[in-house]
Amino acid sequence: MSMLNVSVYRYNPETDDKPYMQDFQVDTHGRDLMVLNVIQLIQEQDPSLAFRRSCREGVCGSDGLNMNGKNGLTCVTAVSEVTKNGKLTLRPLPGLPVIRDLVVDMALFYHQYERIQPYLQTTGPAPAIERLQSPEERDKLDGLYECILCACCSTSCPSFWWNPDKFVGPAGLLQAYRFLADSRDDATSERLAGLDDPFSVFRCRGIMNCVNVCPKGLNPTRAIGKIREMLMSNAT
Amino acid sequence: MVTNVTNLGRSGLSDWLVQRASAVILALYTVFIVGYLLLHPQLDYLTWSGLFERTSMRVFTLLALLSIAAHAWIGLWTVVTDYIKWTNLRLALQAFVILALFVFVVWSVQVLWGA
Repeated sequence: MSMLNVSVYRYNPETDDKPYMQDFQVDTHGRDLMVLNVIQLIQEQDPSLAFRRSCREGVCGSDGLNMNGKNGLTCVTAVSEVTKNGKLTLRPLPGLPVIRDLVVDMALFYHQYERIQPYLQTTGPAPAIERLQSPEERDKLDGLYECILCACCSTSCPSFWWNPDKFVGPAGLLQAYRFLADSRDDATSERLAGLDDPFSVFRCRGIMNCVNVCPKGLNPTRAIGKIREMLMSNAT
Repeated sequence: MVTNVTNLGRSGLSDWLVQRASAVILALYTVFIVGYLLLHPQLDYLTWSGLFERTSMRVFTLLALLSIAAHAWIGLWTVVTDYIKWTNLRLALQAFVILALFVFVVWSVQVLWGA
């Protein structure tokens, strides 16, 4: 028997006045489980626990949680990586409204993603086969297109906590730069014009919480810096 | 695009650039003043007022003061928009900061060129 103490954020708006932390003991049989496995073992004890998960291999981005104070994907985070003194605390992603237990309402996050128009926009006629890119042009998209929209970065960002309706957030800005950097996109100046206010990009204070938590190892802070450079060269 | 009317430059890019340029000016001014004080351990009133009689020093000081005003406007505007969600209070605080900075700038011009 090797027991792990887990404290889980619980909230059911239909029955609870306010959120509370519930303690569970989970038998890991001495194995270093992924946090998602631990949550599934807890659900066997209490089937009313609500959480999101799908692919369980770090691809779908649906199981982002705050584990011992740090955001990450539970399916690719080993208990040994996050546990302190045999204790694991699980909370929903910070800053977004809680629907129930560990499930948050991602509407604000998706709204900011929608705002940056995450699709190619072209003006010329459609080519017969495909829009070609040189290998060098394609290389510029590396480190940008891999984002799975798990929201770990944006919900670890204080600027997004305070202004989720105005600041695009690291995830949205990484994608904004993904389309600004794409040689096939013709809407660069329109995209930049939509970002040149004091909130959308410039509320980023460069504290790099986003880089610290990204489960895919991406760097939104660098992308934000590149957007600033493009705005600067466009406006000076 | 998010619309704003109480930030310094009406654009995030201009605020960002002014914030950085004013920071460089303030750093240079701080280094100069601290260096001057270290090089003059027996500083008396005549030497100190002599320093500020020079036009170049007055221009440099006024530049630093305007930089403080711009830097503080942008910085405090950002803090207020982060933490104060009630519009009336936010607007009142922004007005207070801008008025205070205006008074300080005019007052310091009087100090620099007055005596």
